[in-house]
Amino acid sequence: MQVPAPVEYERATSVDHAIGLLERLGSSARIIAGGHSLLPMMKLRLAGPEYLIDINDLHGELGYIRIEPGRVRIGAMTRHRELLESDELAEAFPIFRDAERVIADPVVRNRGTLGGSLCQADPSEDLSAVCTTLGASCVIRGRDGERVVTMEQFHRGPYETAVGDAEMLVEIRVPVRPGGSSAYEKVERRAGDWAIVSAGAAVWMEGDVIADARVGLAAVGPNTTGIPGVSEAVRGRRPSEELYQRAGDLAARNCRPATDMRGSADYKRHLAEELTKRALRRSVARINERV
Amino acid sequence: MTTVGHRPLDGFEDNDQKPIGHGRMLRKEDPRFIRGMGRYCDDVQLPGMLHMAVLRSPVAHARIVSIDTSAAEAHPKVKAVVTGAALAEKGLAWMPTLSGDVQAVLATDKVRFQGQEVAFVVAEDRYAARDALELIDVEYDVLEPVIDVRKALDPAAPVIRDDLEGKQNNHCFDWETGDAEATEAVFASADVVVSEDIVYPRVHPAPMETCGCVADYDRVEGRLTLWSTSQAPHAHRTLYAIVAGLPEHKIRVISPDLGGGFGGKVPIYPGYVCAIVGSIVTGKPVKWMEDRSENLTSTGFARDYIMRGEIAATRDGRILAVRTNVLADHGAFNGVAAPVKYPAGFFGVFTGSYDLQAAYCKMTAVFTNKAPGGVAYACSFRITEAVYLIERIVDCLAYELQMDPIELRIKNFIQPDQFPYRTQTGWVYDSGDYEPTMRKAMEIAGYDELREEQARRRAQGELMGIGVSFFTEAVGAGPRKDMDILGLGMADGCELRVHPTGKAVVRLSVQSQGQGHETTFAQIVAEEIGIPPADIDVVHGDTDQTPFGLGTYGSRSTPVSGAAAALVARKVRDKARLIASGMLEVSVADLEWEKGSFHVKGDPAKCVTIQDIAMRAHGAGDLPEGVEGGLEAQICYNPENLTYPHGAYICVVDIDPGTAQVKVRRFIAVDDCGTRINPMIIEGQVHGGLTDGVGMALMEMIAFDEDGNCLGGSLMDYLIPTSLEVPDWETGFTVTPSPHHPIGAKGVGESATVGSPPAIVNAVLDALKPFGIRHADMPLTPSRVWDAMRGVPRPPI
Ligand SMILES: Cc1cc2nc3c(=O)[nH]c(=O)nc-3n(C[C@H](O)[C@H](O)[C@H](O)COP(=O)(O)OP(=O)(O)OC[C@H]3O[C@@H](n4cnc5c(N)ncnc54)[C@H](O)[C@@H]3O)c2cc1C
Repeated sequence: MQVPAPVEYERATSVDHAIGLLERLGSSARIIAGGHSLLPMMKLRLAGPEYLIDINDLHGELGYIRIEPGRVRIGAMTRHRELLESDELAEAFPIFRDAERVIADPVVRNRGTLGGSLCQADPSEDLSAVCTTLGASCVIRGRDGERVVTMEQFHRGPYETAVGDAEMLVEIRVPVRPGGSSAYEKVERRAGDWAIVSAGAAVWMEGDVIADARVGLAAVGPNTTGIPGVSEAVRGRRPSEELYQRAGDLAARNCRPATDMRGSADYKRHLAEELTKRALRRSVARINERV
Repeated sequence: MTTVGHRPLDGFEDNDQKPIGHGRMLRKEDPRFIRGMGRYCDDVQLPGMLHMAVLRSPVAHARIVSIDTSAAEAHPKVKAVVTGAALAEKGLAWMPTLSGDVQAVLATDKVRFQGQEVAFVVAEDRYAARDALELIDVEYDVLEPVIDVRKALDPAAPVIRDDLEGKQNNHCFDWETGDAEATEAVFASADVVVSEDIVYPRVHPAPMETCGCVADYDRVEGRLTLWSTSQAPHAHRTLYAIVAGLPEHKIRVISPDLGGGFGGKVPIYPGYVCAIVGSIVTGKPVKWMEDRSENLTSTGFARDYIMRGEIAATRDGRILAVRTNVLADHGAFNGVAAPVKYPAGFFGVFTGSYDLQAAYCKMTAVFTNKAPGGVAYACSFRITEAVYLIERIVDCLAYELQMDPIELRIKNFIQPDQFPYRTQTGWVYDSGDYEPTMRKAMEIAGYDELREEQARRRAQGELMGIGVSFFTEAVGAGPRKDMDILGLGMADGCELRVHPTGKAVVRLSVQSQGQGHETTFAQIVAEEIGIPPADIDVVHGDTDQTPFGLGTYGSRSTPVSGAAAALVARKVRDKARLIASGMLEVSVADLEWEKGSFHVKGDPAKCVTIQDIAMRAHGAGDLPEGVEGGLEAQICYNPENLTYPHGAYICVVDIDPGTAQVKVRRFIAVDDCGTRINPMIIEGQVHGGLTDGVGMALMEMIAFDEDGNCLGGSLMDYLIPTSLEVPDWETGFTVTPSPHHPIGAKGVGESATVGSPPAIVNAVLDALKPFGIRHADMPLTPSRVWDAMRGVPRPPI
């Protein structure tokens, strides 16, 4: 058994309580949500917070998936399992279910949260890639109220976010547009492993041309990466294998993978291409199935 | 006589046939495991028990300049802090390894691998012990590490083992077997010679339960009780007596339930010795349990052979000779767990299942700045490497000859009438009948249809592969004239006692790590004396309660202790026969044994059961002249030879051409382990070993960066397969009994780990044939398969 260093612990009873505690305790305090990223780091003594503020009791307040006209709002404490099982969410954005099927294992999914995933800011994190793909925005709350940032602004580097010392992430907002669908493709060395590379795609069609499309990649750079060039390249065109290939080439060219135990940089670049094609193809197929 | 059969996939209803003897029955130990009532080392709680944590080196190679323990000692919950210097004063800083080298218990002069033990803390609880490690200040003078095994013998390489007097290089040992000249002559005149560089990467046994112990030293009695995660409690007791100078009769080693061993719990690790010292110093029981990272980075690794394989054959596929040159990485200390005269374990069986004219192996072993080991990780002492080498190189030959790999193998099999067969490296295979086993596997697989399907799919650009391996193992070490571990002969004791009411207890020297000994050994005894397995208690793992023997590893329990159990039961039966003759008032010659009772020949009604006899043996009535009371016996079994199980494995894989991911679609395993005692347990052993094989073939590897940092220190980095990576196993069997084993049984615990990696790798390479490549090394991760698909397969080290 790996054991963490001594730590003081308090359960927050409301978001305001949690923010109050964060403000009082400063940078030596850490929020703990599902704990599936933070606790392993504490056990390995890579993280050594002096105080833990447990926000699991805020699941009532921050655990929700709300489908509204024009947007979907998801609370930061929504657990992987709830994202996986929500039929409404799968209807609006099948990419969530695709991704959740291949994130970790049931034990982790029962506890791990959307907020924790995004705040961990691991470059291989799947939900970050999903949110990047969907152009989501993040709602950060502090004592003085809320601010909303884009995914690009939210992630500032590996394991670094826009959330300040006395702030927390409370919600993710995903814009809903008509005629769209989405998909997620991941290659891992073994079930439950982090991605070697994964790619999300979202496509919106008008008639038989692509009105807009977005691609988000995980594990090929310091943070999950959106590939804006893809959107430009496919907008206004009819879906075709050549088009997917062009998008794949763009993804491969515009990512920055590194060689590690999961695979070589060359292979990851190849996967960026291959998975981008597959995700786009599947998104379009899903739209076509609907009509 | 070989018999053949297999079990359909869905036939599990009859797993509990309640046999009185051999047959399918559920495991006696399972109710306690399933209900969470097993008792493992970490479950042992003693009054006043303290906890130990070990400080480990963060670097691979460094001189220790100074160690300051004062802050740790000042921690309010700390009871003792011990460094190498303190151990050196007691003469305990170094200990012998199982292969005649020495290993530091705590580093005194230098650290030689990342994770090496530097100091330990004993404290009131586990948390405090761990916290106090951070208060120890060690100053290291970092030295250049030797990580690339190919450069270990460069004259300029830093010398790792300067503790050994006069040591000027990193050479560990040289070893050879076979006939170099005869082999060269065959190679020189052969039609076809194929050679290939084949790497078996470093892997780790990674048992679910890490290593650990509870040491309880009684200062008044001078008695040490040690609960420890040991696959060989008796051998460990003797070694503690030798190392620590404690009298052997005052040492009791208890190996309670073990959560897997796979060879990793054969050696004595520094942590055990530290815990003993901790208990002696504090006068309290001390518990030490490794965490997962410590287990993966510091306890015994396996494999790590770089092999050049060469095979010579005629153009029509007659294999003539095999030759190999091996570079073996032994890490910082030579910790190989194998019989002393076998520094490369049983690698000498690399000639496989084929009738050859010549063979030769030359091996060079070196030291590097990596964790020591070379443990028998479910490999029957390096037979895994040997089988991988021969089965891979035979496939390379098939590739060059454009021959079907099964046809090539069958053509070269040792024939049934050649047994006992002496190989070109001197091993005497006791028995075997290979072709029926191979044919059985082909039949279950539907081999011809699979080849047709493959042709169809290939035409459509799909990548489907069919791989085969055929192995012969050498297990059951071993005859004491040849085999010992640190001078302890590899014979096993066994004791059987039948109580007055006809229940029995059998005491074994071997220790189960999950193999189901409590069931199998009860069945072996039941078969011989007719007492139901439920009425036979199996006692093992406690040196105070069991006879001496060398422990469980190398698939030796059934070949050695299984033979002992059968023979001790026969001894009891012989005595029972004498008592029965008195009870029935006939001569011994007029008695007939039918499992569980004796009756008078020709008059089955005149009969006494083994239970009647047990009561008489302990009762008040007269016994035949010269017969002592009681019904018990003891034996020490010295095997005449090893046993040689074999098997034929076929694997079917599909590779995604876009992502290079390998999916194992089917796996057919036909094993021949001679007499099958409990087929369900055999299948369980095979299932586990096959899963292990998928791990090694596709994902497992302990890698290092160039500074010697271990990159496999957690189960997120060192991958082991899950149920999602493996197919439904399809098993079959043939039965070729061992001629010298009392019940004809051979070992099977490691067969699947030995036999499956080459089948999987061969399947992947078969799938990749359209890319024109012949070989790629394990682990075949997607990235490495993709390299192979582009024609640039890379060795993993
Ligand atoms: C075995 C295993 C396998 C995994 N595999 C995958 C995988 O394949 N793909 C994948 O994407 N992930 C994977 N994960 C990570 C998993 O998804 C984690 O649950 C997730 O990354 C973190 O969520 P959490 O709620 O557990 O966060 P925690 O561990 O509780 O917190 C993580 C970090 O976020 C901070 N934090 C949490 N909530 C908030 C908030 N609301 N506001 C501000 N800061 C906050 C914490 O302070 C901490 O720094 C795996 C984890 C494990 C243990």
